[in-house]
Amino acid sequence: MEFTLISLLNGVTYGLLLFMLCGGLTLIFSMMGILNFAHASFYMLGAYLAYQLSLWLGFWPALFLAPLLVGTAGALIERYGIRTAHRHGHVAELLFTFGLSFLAVEVVQLLWGKAVVDYRVPPSLEGTLFTLYSTSFPVYKGFMMLVSVGMLALLAALLRYTRAGLIIQAALSRPDMVQALGHDVPRLFTLVFGGGAALAGLAGVIGGNAFVTEPGMAAAVGPIVFVVVVVGGLGSLAGAFVASLLIGILQTFLVGWDYSLIDLLRLFGVQLHSTSALTRLSLTQLAPVMPYLLMVGILVFRPRGLMGARE
Amino acid sequence: MSSARRRRLLTWAGYLLAIAIAPLVLNQSFALALLSRIGIMTIFALSWNLLLGQTGLLSFGHAVYYGLGSFATLHLLNALAARGLPVSITLLPLCGGLAALLFGLVFGSITTRRAGTTFAMISLGIGEMVSASSLMFPAFFGGEGGITGNRVTGRGLFGIDYGTPLQMYYLIAAWAVLCMLLTYGLSQTPLGRLANAVRDNPERVEFIGCDPHSIRYRMVVLAGFFAGVAGGLSALQYEIATAEALSDHLSGIVILMAFVGGIGTFAGPLIGAALVTVLQVAVASVTPAWPFYFGLVFLVIVLYAPGGIASILLQHQAVWRAGFLRRLLPAYLIAALPAAALVLGVVAVVEMAYARGPERGDARLHLLFVPLDGKSATSWLLAAAAIAAGFLLLRLASRRVAERWESVHAGMAAAGSAP
Repeated sequence: MEFTLISLLNGVTYGLLLFMLCGGLTLIFSMMGILNFAHASFYMLGAYLAYQLSLWLGFWPALFLAPLLVGTAGALIERYGIRTAHRHGHVAELLFTFGLSFLAVEVVQLLWGKAVVDYRVPPSLEGTLFTLYSTSFPVYKGFMMLVSVGMLALLAALLRYTRAGLIIQAALSRPDMVQALGHDVPRLFTLVFGGGAALAGLAGVIGGNAFVTEPGMAAAVGPIVFVVVVVGGLGSLAGAFVASLLIGILQTFLVGWDYSLIDLLRLFGVQLHSTSALTRLSLTQLAPVMPYLLMVGILVFRPRGLMGARE
Repeated sequence: MSSARRRRLLTWAGYLLAIAIAPLVLNQSFALALLSRIGIMTIFALSWNLLLGQTGLLSFGHAVYYGLGSFATLHLLNALAARGLPVSITLLPLCGGLAALLFGLVFGSITTRRAGTTFAMISLGIGEMVSASSLMFPAFFGGEGGITGNRVTGRGLFGIDYGTPLQMYYLIAAWAVLCMLLTYGLSQTPLGRLANAVRDNPERVEFIGCDPHSIRYRMVVLAGFFAGVAGGLSALQYEIATAEALSDHLSGIVILMAFVGGIGTFAGPLIGAALVTVLQVAVASVTPAWPFYFGLVFLVIVLYAPGGIASILLQHQAVWRAGFLRRLLPAYLIAALPAAALVLGVVAVVEMAYARGPERGDARLHLLFVPLDGKSATSWLLAAAAIAAGFLLLRLASRRVAERWESVHAGMAAAGSAP
């Protein structure tokens, strides 16, 4: 019970963080048809900028400034890079963002070195929020949850109740029509791209110190972000939300479960004495591969994803 | 035989001759290793381009087939050596290719369900899945250290046991030429033509009664085969296979090679594989910032020359043959100056940033005999000025180059030799 509750809480925290990353990616994808390969790089950039800014100004200004800076960088990249690449088609766009993700790692290594930087949780957020049975739940995880839920609520409200949000929603399905009605769709694209980048940057700011801030962090989370988008259904925000939570929770549980296939079969009364590598694999070992297995399963049995509207 | 056809044949004959005599001219062990690497990468880049260039499928996980072919070859080599079977290793890369083909049959059925952007995403996911699972099955992948072997089994054909790097080079070269012929032949078969059609307009392919999905599937499987051959050769050359061979890094390198060389032509990946491999060694020996420069060059090519080096060469060849190259050269010369300033400025900034960075203590360096100091404002201002001036003047000069190109196009159209 204790394990289940704590894992659930950790999983939800991780899942919400994942959704902050995937939400922007899904929005950008469904609006512009661009799969932004460099999206996880914005996450990394957010973490590093927050580290640097928190050295100069402290954590709280960094929490606001770093996502703004990342968003600005995203908007500039869309305006001057992606729009140029767009003339050569979708493959060029994709390869452009791929090159960017490659370059981002190099820039980060150039400025901050190859080692892990010491980006820490601020002292005011250290400590225990509450204790469940005997496991303590840190304040910072609660803070992460608060920030992600708050940000998502704000975003949903923006999309739903403001004029700009309504135009964005319209441009999601019928960009030509929105353009014909006199709205500046290219500028809207820049705005959404910058917004998505800022969201990923914010995820980096609050995730970088909870996990680890190093040049490999973008490559570690990048493929998982794509998996979430495929599993949730291409272009579906709700699907991305469900898939983020699903993958976050599943992965957290798997890391904690130390059962192997033999143990599982024993549960069903099957006794196996095989010592082959496959049956001795524990679920913990499966954790890094699980998102991809889930993706393959979804592609085989439900190709449009959990909530995708189109194939 | 038309003159264009004869010229093309002559070019290929020259290329084959260069492959044959290169190790005799460059006979240091370092050069031989480099040439062998080029051969392996040529096959790998060709195989990747079967997907993007021929079928329009952008794969971000192509190293999976290379790596699996590599592991399979080494396992087979070790099994043969353990049983003392009298088999020459000449044909072992074929087994690597067949193993990769089998995996292609499995993975391809999942990845080719959809084309376009989705294929790119799924190929990445499959690539990550295989490289993440490599640590789960230490019996097959050898864990962190990988698996090793010894290619000299003592049973050579006609006394060739591949003990020397030179013999190994000729094995790689022979396989590379064979794979070139096969991939070129494939592009001329009905399947290759249909793959081109699927790339350009899948809907119309369906209308003529073919299934685009199954054509993509077959191309993925065949591309997997060639990648497996490349992996098998690398297993024999280095006598080791590690998880590195499956990694996203290698998948990225092959994209870089094929795209810089040019995906639109058959020769593009060949040029790219040779150039990138040589530059990798040459630039890496001068500066630790080489991946940064590679990334920049890649972005510039994606943005401004999506046809790659091969298409630039082809365009200029056509202009040259029409006799209009003289109209372009002055504009090029004028543009070269600000371009050089821009490049030097960027290099100065990158090098100074590296020199300042956490891994280096002293921030002093020399760039073309100009002393720079990453800790002094003067050096940074100098570099910034070079970048700004170079950028602005290059914009002006490139306008002039564009005008000249228009005049060349008009001249060629008037002469009736427009491409």
